Amino acid sequence: MNLSYSGRARELLESAGAKDYDLLRVTAGRRIYEGILMPRPEILDDLHVVLKMSNGYNVGIDVEKISSVEVLGRARPPERPSPPRVSPREGLPSVPIVVTGGTIASRVDYSTGAVKPTETPEELIDLVPEIAELANVSYVPLMAKLSEDIRPEEWGRIANKVAEELNSGASGVVVAHGTDTMHYTASALALMLEGLTGPVVLVGSQRSIDRPSTDAVLNVTAAVRVAAEGPMAESVIVMHGSTSDDFAWVIRGVRARKMHTSRRDAFMSVNEAPLARVTEKSIEILNPRFRRRPSEPTEVVARVEIEPRVALVHAWPGIERGFLEAVVSSGYRGIVMAGTGLGHVPNRIVDEIGAIVDSGIPVVVTSQCLFGRVDLKVYATGRRMLQAGVIPAADTLPEVATVKLMVALGRGMEGEDLRRFMTTSQVGELTETISPSAYPPCFSGGARVG
Amino acid sequence: MADLDYRELGLRVGIEIHQRLATREKLFCHCPPLMRHDEPHLWVRRRLRVSYSELGSIDPAARFETLRARVFEYGAYSDSTCEVELDEAPPLPLNLEALEVSIEVALMLNMDVVDEVHVMRKIVVDGSNTTGFQRTALVALGGEKSAIETSEGDVRLSTLCLEEESAYIVETTPQGARYRLDRLGIPLIELATGADIRSPDQAREAALKLGRILRATGRVQRGIGSIRQDLNVSVEGGARQEIKGVQELDLISEVVRREALRQVNLLRIRDEMRSRGLSPSSFESAETLDVTEHLSGSKSKLVRRSLSRGSKALLLKLPGMGGLLGREVQPNRRFGTELSDYAKVFGGVAGILHSDELPGYGITEQELSYLYREAGLDRSDAFVLVLASGEKAKLALDAVRRRVMQAALGVPEETRRALPDGNTAFMRPLPGSARMYPETDVLPVVTGPLVRKILARGLPEMPDRVISRLVTHYGLTEDLANMLLDDGRIAQFERVASEISGLSPRFIASTLTSTLRGLAGEGVAVHRIPDSALETTLRLVAEGRLAKEAIPNVFRKLAENPELDPSDLAASLTMSEEELDEIIRRVLYEEREVVQRVGMRAFGRLMGRVMSVVRGRVDGSVVSRKLRAAMEEMMGSQK
Ligand SMILES: [Zn+2]
Repeated sequence: MNLSYSGRARELLESAGAKDYDLLRVTAGRRIYEGILMPRPEILDDLHVVLKMSNGYNVGIDVEKISSVEVLGRARPPERPSPPRVSPREGLPSVPIVVTGGTIASRVDYSTGAVKPTETPEELIDLVPEIAELANVSYVPLMAKLSEDIRPEEWGRIANKVAEELNSGASGVVVAHGTDTMHYTASALALMLEGLTGPVVLVGSQRSIDRPSTDAVLNVTAAVRVAAEGPMAESVIVMHGSTSDDFAWVIRGVRARKMHTSRRDAFMSVNEAPLARVTEKSIEILNPRFRRRPSEPTEVVARVEIEPRVALVHAWPGIERGFLEAVVSSGYRGIVMAGTGLGHVPNRIVDEIGAIVDSGIPVVVTSQCLFGRVDLKVYATGRRMLQAGVIPAADTLPEVATVKLMVALGRGMEGEDLRRFMTTSQVGELTETISPSAYPPCFSGGARVG
Repeated sequence: MADLDYRELGLRVGIEIHQRLATREKLFCHCPPLMRHDEPHLWVRRRLRVSYSELGSIDPAARFETLRARVFEYGAYSDSTCEVELDEAPPLPLNLEALEVSIEVALMLNMDVVDEVHVMRKIVVDGSNTTGFQRTALVALGGEKSAIETSEGDVRLSTLCLEEESAYIVETTPQGARYRLDRLGIPLIELATGADIRSPDQAREAALKLGRILRATGRVQRGIGSIRQDLNVSVEGGARQEIKGVQELDLISEVVRREALRQVNLLRIRDEMRSRGLSPSSFESAETLDVTEHLSGSKSKLVRRSLSRGSKALLLKLPGMGGLLGREVQPNRRFGTELSDYAKVFGGVAGILHSDELPGYGITEQELSYLYREAGLDRSDAFVLVLASGEKAKLALDAVRRRVMQAALGVPEETRRALPDGNTAFMRPLPGSARMYPETDVLPVVTGPLVRKILARGLPEMPDRVISRLVTHYGLTEDLANMLLDDGRIAQFERVASEISGLSPRFIASTLTSTLRGLAGEGVAVHRIPDSALETTLRLVAEGRLAKEAIPNVFRKLAENPELDPSDLAASLTMSEEELDEIIRRVLYEEREVVQRVGMRAFGRLMGRVMSVVRGRVDGSVVSRKLRAAMEEMMGSQK
C-alpha cells in the first residue's frame, strides 16, 4: 500500500508510519478518532486526514488539531464473496465483450469506494445475470481508457479485435466503451470493418455500476441480446431509450449522437429513426433499412489505416481570418467545418478556405444544426464556398464526417476520389432523403415515456 | 397492559430524530424543498440492482429475487423537481445553508463538529431513493458534555448527520412501489442519542426535548411528517431493533413498551422451544409438502380462489411447534404474524395460514385433520401453509423456516416499522455499516468558517430561555408559549406581533396555535395554508376588515384552496356597516314592544337575535356598541 497524502498531512502520517487503508487512532484536541485511513484525492487540500469510522462515515480531521497518530492495524484486502462460476452452455450463441474502459466495465469496492476494472465475465454476470441466459459471454480486455482519452489510432486496435472475434465464430461482439466519444468509435468501426457477419454493439453507462440505479443493467442486457440475436450486421450503439428502465434503442453508429451530458437516454438517432428498440423480452425492428447478417459465412476484414490529423471546427460569429490557417500550420491535414444553418461560414473567411483547399487540404462542410442536410446552393455565401472548393457532406453528422475524412486520408485518397467518398454513403452515414418522422429528435415511438 | 419492570428487564433505548429543515433549496440541487399536494406531471419507471455478492450473507438468493422483480415508479414535477431528483444529473455541491443549521444544532448540544464533512452514499434498495442510495454526511459527534437532562437521568447525544430526505411513498405493492419526488432531497437532520434511555416515558421525554431544541433554531419545517423518530430498542438477552418512522410523539412510549413486551415474549417462546428439546438444527431440513391436490376440494373460499388462479398450496412442517405459533407476542399480534411478515417480505406473498389459527378461514376441522395426517404430523406439531405461485411460495416458506430457527436462539436483530397502534412489524434485517461508501460527486466541506460565523453571530436561544422570554416579554402563558414552540411558529409569532399593531400577543399566539390545532382536529388541512395567508388574515382583523369570529371560516376556505386571497374572503365573510345597521333596525322594530316595556333590560334578548344573524361576520363588540346606541336612541325618542 502507498500513502496518497501530500504536504502537511503526508509529513504527519509518514512520521507515524501510516499507509492508506491502515487502521489508525488519531488524537485531535479532546477527541480520539479510530478508523481506516482513506486515500485523499489530489484536488483536495493537504490539511486534513480522512478516516472511515466503524459506523461507516468518513470524517476529515484538521492536521493542526492532531496531537498523535498511531497505527493500530495494517490494511487488509477487502473480503468479498466470489461470484458464482458460470460455465458455457451448449446451444447459446457466443458473445465476447471487448472492454475498452469506461464505468461499465468496473466495479466498486465498498470498503474504500474505489472503482476498479472488472476482470472476469463472472463479475459482470454477478451484476447482470440475465446475460448468461442470452449468450455464452466471454471477456476480452483490450484497454482501460476513459473514452475522452481514446485516440483515433486506437480505433484500429478495437476494429482488429472485433474482426478476430467475429472470424472465430462470435455471433456478435459487444464493445464496452465510455460514452463521451462512443459515437466516434462507433463510426470508425462502421467504416473500418468490411464484410461484417454480425452486430458490433457499443454499450456504456451514464450511471456507474456502483449505483443500484445504474443503467448498465438494461444497456448490457440489451446489447448482449442484440449481439446474440440481432439481425443487423452493422456497428450500432445500444443505450437507454427513455429516462425509464423500459427499453434501449439500437442506433446506427454513424447516426448516433450524445445529446445530453448526463441523462440515461443521452444518445439519439439523428436524421433517421433508430433501427430497433430492445425490451426485456424482444428486439422490435423500427427501421428495416440496415445491412443484414450474410447468409454465407464471410471473412470480416478490418481496414484500419487512419490519418488522425483532421480538425473539427465550428463556425461561430467570432471566427476570423487566420484561425483556419493556424489550424493548418499546426499540422492538420484535413478540416471538417460544422457550419451554421445550411452549412455556412462567415463570408470573410471564404477566401482563406479557398487557399487552404488549393494547398491540397480538403475542407468538408457539415452543419452544427445536426438535423437536416447541408445545402450550399441556396444563398450567395454557400455558392462562394462551393467555388472555393469545399466538400458538402449532405446530412452526415460533423463527428462522423471527421472520422470519415480521417479514414479517407488514411487510405491515401485525394482529389475527386476523396470528394466522391465523402459525398456518397459508405455505411449509411449520408442519405438521399430524410423522413419527416426523424424530427423532432424525440422519436415518437415512445421515447418520452411517462 | 400492565407495565413491566424495565430496569429489571435491562431495557435500553436510543432515539434517532429526523427533522426536515426549512432551507431555501434542497440539499443537492436548487429545487425548493416543498411538499406538493397535486398529481405529479410525469412518471418514470425504474429498477434497482445490487449485485448478487453485494447482498451479503442474509439469504442473498431470496433478497435478490425480491429485488430484481420490483419496479419503482417516480412522479416528478416539471416546475419543482429537476434532473437531480430523477438521478439524471450529478448532485450539486452540498447546501451550505443546511450545513449551517446542522452545525448550529450541534453547537447548541455541545457536540464536536467534524473539521471536514464528507458526504457518503448509504445503499437503500427499497426504491425510496432514485439512486438506490441515500446521501448522508456526519456533521458532529457527541462528547462528554453533549447530553440532555430528563427526569430519569441524562441522555447523551452520539451523532448528528445531515441527510437527504427520501421520496414520498404513494403506494406499495409486492411488485413495486410508487413514489413522489417532491420530498426527495429535502435536507434532514438525523440526531441520534446513545442507548441511555431506560424507560418508555423517558424515551418520550427525550424526544420532546430534542424536538424543541431543533425547533428553537427557527429553521426547521413543521407539519405532518416533518419530524419523525426512529427507536433502537433492546432488553437484556434480546436484540437491538431499529424501529422506523414513529411520527407522533405520543406513540413513542407505547412503541417502546410493546417492543419490550415482544422481546420478552419471544424469549419465553425460545425457552419453551428449549424445554421441548427444539434447537435451530431441528428445522435445518424441515420438509415442505405440496398439498395443492389435497386442498383442491376445500370448503374455504380463500383457498379455492387462490388455487383457481393457478397458485400452489405449499405446507412447511414445524415439528414440536404446536401451540407456539398462536402465542401472542404483542397485543393482537401472534408469533405466527412475525412468521407471516417474513413470508411477505422475502416471498412477496400476501400472507400465510398456520395450524394454530385453523380451523379458520373456511378451512374445516376435517380438512385440518386431513392435512395433519397427510403431513405425518400430530397436534403437538405445527405447520405453515402458503398459497402462491410455486417459486414465491418456496421463498416464503424458506424465510419462515429460517425465522423459526432464529426463534430457538432468541430475538433476531431487525429493522421494524411502527404500526399505528404501537406494535411493530418486520421490514428487513438490520443492515450492517458496510454498505456505505463515499459520494464521489460531492466535494467535502471544511466546517471551520461556518463554525466561526455561527459563534460570532451567537447561538439560538435554548427552548427554556425562549419560553421565559415569550412569557415575560409578550405576557403569554407558558402553555401558549410551548405551543408556539412545538408548532414551530415562534419566529412567525414574533414577526406578526411586531408588524401588526392592534392585536394582543395572546390573541395572535392562540390564533396561530389553538385555532389551527382545533381546525386540524376537525380534519381541516391547515398545513396547506401558506404562512403569508395566515399573516394577512391577522392583519385584516387588526385593520377591522375582518371579524375575529370569521377567522376559522377564512382558514377553512384557505385550507381548501391555498391560492385564495384572504382579503377577498374577508369581503365575502364580513358584513358592511350598512347591512348591520339594517339588521339592528329590523330587530328593534320587531321587538319594539318589549323595549318599550322593559327598556335596556331587553338588551340581552336583542343582542342574541342580532348575533344569531351576524355571528362570524361582525365582531360582537361592534354589534353590542351599535345595538346599545340604537336602543338608547329609540327609548330617547319615545320620551
Ligand atoms: Zn432538484
